[in-house]
Amino acid sequence: MSVWNAHQKNRGARKDRAAALGLERQVPAGRIADLLHAVIEPGDRVCMEGNNQKQADFLARALAAVDVARIHDLHLVQSVVALPEHIALFDKGIARELDFSFSGPQGTRMAALVNAGKIRINAIHTYLELFARYFVDLTPKVALIAAEAADRDGNLYTGPNTEDTPAIVEATAFKNGIVIAQVNELRDSLPRVDVPGGWVDYVVVAPKPNYIEPLFTRDPAQISEIQVLMAMMVIKGIYAEYGVRSLNHGIGFDTAAIELLLPTYAAELGLKGKICTHWALNPHPALIPAIEAGFVESVHSFGSELGMEAYIAARPDIFFTGADGSMRSNRAFCQAAGHYACDLFIGSTLQIDLAGNSSTATKGRIAGFGGAPNMGADARGRRHESPAWVKAGEEARQGRDIMPRGRKLVVQMVETFREHMEPAFVERLDAWELGAAMGLANPPVMIYGDDVTHIVTEEGIANLLPCRDAAEREQAIRGVAGYTAVGLGRDKAKVEELRGRGIIRRPEDMGVSRRRANRDLLAARTVKDLVLASGGLYNPPSRFRNW
Amino acid sequence: MEQLTFELASTGQPLKREPVLVGVVGSGNCEVLIEGAGEAGSCRFTIHTSAVGFSPIWQAVLTDFSERRAAGGLRIEVNDVGATPAVVSLRLDQALEAWEAREGAGDAP
Repeated sequence: MSVWNAHQKNRGARKDRAAALGLERQVPAGRIADLLHAVIEPGDRVCMEGNNQKQADFLARALAAVDVARIHDLHLVQSVVALPEHIALFDKGIARELDFSFSGPQGTRMAALVNAGKIRINAIHTYLELFARYFVDLTPKVALIAAEAADRDGNLYTGPNTEDTPAIVEATAFKNGIVIAQVNELRDSLPRVDVPGGWVDYVVVAPKPNYIEPLFTRDPAQISEIQVLMAMMVIKGIYAEYGVRSLNHGIGFDTAAIELLLPTYAAELGLKGKICTHWALNPHPALIPAIEAGFVESVHSFGSELGMEAYIAARPDIFFTGADGSMRSNRAFCQAAGHYACDLFIGSTLQIDLAGNSSTATKGRIAGFGGAPNMGADARGRRHESPAWVKAGEEARQGRDIMPRGRKLVVQMVETFREHMEPAFVERLDAWELGAAMGLANPPVMIYGDDVTHIVTEEGIANLLPCRDAAEREQAIRGVAGYTAVGLGRDKAKVEELRGRGIIRRPEDMGVSRRRANRDLLAARTVKDLVLASGGLYNPPSRFRNW
Repeated sequence: MEQLTFELASTGQPLKREPVLVGVVGSGNCEVLIEGAGEAGSCRFTIHTSAVGFSPIWQAVLTDFSERRAAGGLRIEVNDVGATPAVVSLRLDQALEAWEAREGAGDAP
């Protein structure tokens, strides 16, 4: 006779073991180790909620302190590996396998653990891809999540940093898994319910509020004149040309410069209301001046940003805020929005090769990609039209008699040399070696060359859409690669021909004055300027306060 | 520190004007000083750089500049503070634009 509810029974057995220890829904912080030992089994697939911003840090510390004789060989499935405790799980043998998206600051330690054979990375995903797999072949058995508050029934309020929580809980709770939430406080009533109590098995009040990383705060004081110059080119040579209204900006100073030029340079060009009206974007403090200038109509966010809470709550026409006044973010929906509903993605990278493939994976560092591969890819399932999407498609077609279709604009923005004179353009990506070290069949490419439409450097813009063949693309890329070896290796005559055809454009070809590439053009030059622009509503973390 | 000098062909005539200085070394910013009264038809560059071993890149940056702009008769000194070629090129252009905008007593060749 077939058994159809083995997983349900297993879930019951785990909860019975906890009950036998006297552990019901409300678990005291001091007994978290008992709970984890009771409900986690060796080899379990575990999601340890690590987001870009919010971290289930109390639960991460507790898991890193379990008895490795009882809990070991776990398979971690989580978007971000950000905390030292996440890495410690592998060092101690508590976890062995990993499926993730982004590791950022832990990238170097992760590479060392791969070399030591202590961690097996199955794949680096985009966020949406990992969430999708939660519902197919990577469903968590146990999810350890973080929320702002819970009530007596286990209902959860996430506050503005909702992030991955809804996706994780939905997959776990509806496939016989166990959901454990750390919260900052218990309240009699919640401002709103983000996760229904019926989907949550255990709630523990953490001794300290969960950690939130201010990942998207960029101090305007650190924006360089080169970044101002590149931002001017992007606004005039791409945003204005295509009429880009819906978009996503990557993280970094390059794109922060664009945000800070909207109320000045873009306004002067008469572009208010014509570009950058609808965003899939974390609440970047650098966007405050553009919002205040009336450039922005709508912003949906993946997560929140520390210090932006009061400003967001005071701008409900712009941000997605609940009846309680605070924002609800949702990484899965925002990633879908960035993929399907935005005309343009622009972001930076560490290496670009001669075909336009780019990667942030460099020797000795496995940083992951976050959302970039999802944002920075043509949405082949898209059908709705917009002027920018149609124009990009026409350029790619070049009058050929093939089925007309639109194209997403995918822009890579880099200075030709990074710090320490590391070239951003290379003949061969480090990703090849890294992929081999990780045992992958293919190198971990962040954005594939055939998805990239434009490359912007201080030397100009290369529009790859009208390039006729691979050789022409290569020269278009070399033609903006500056004094790197790749740039110096250009065919000068061919590059001039491409310039004549508008495939390569220099600042002067676009009417962008190098002399005006000055920090005075930024709508805010310091974090304090951002606070002033917000009318005092933006409350930056102390590390960004230097006044 | 490394000091490099280049003498490169460029159009333009020597002029006597007050020197132009752009950038501030003290704030970690690439500094460029332009003075007139050099030899006609060529531009003399003196580079003080903190990064050793990039002479070929400097040569390429400065050759492009000399071909692109009328820098003949100028003496240009650069303190690079480890600046990238992008910053150096931009600063050279800005300094020359400031030099060209300067009214000088010795403008008549």
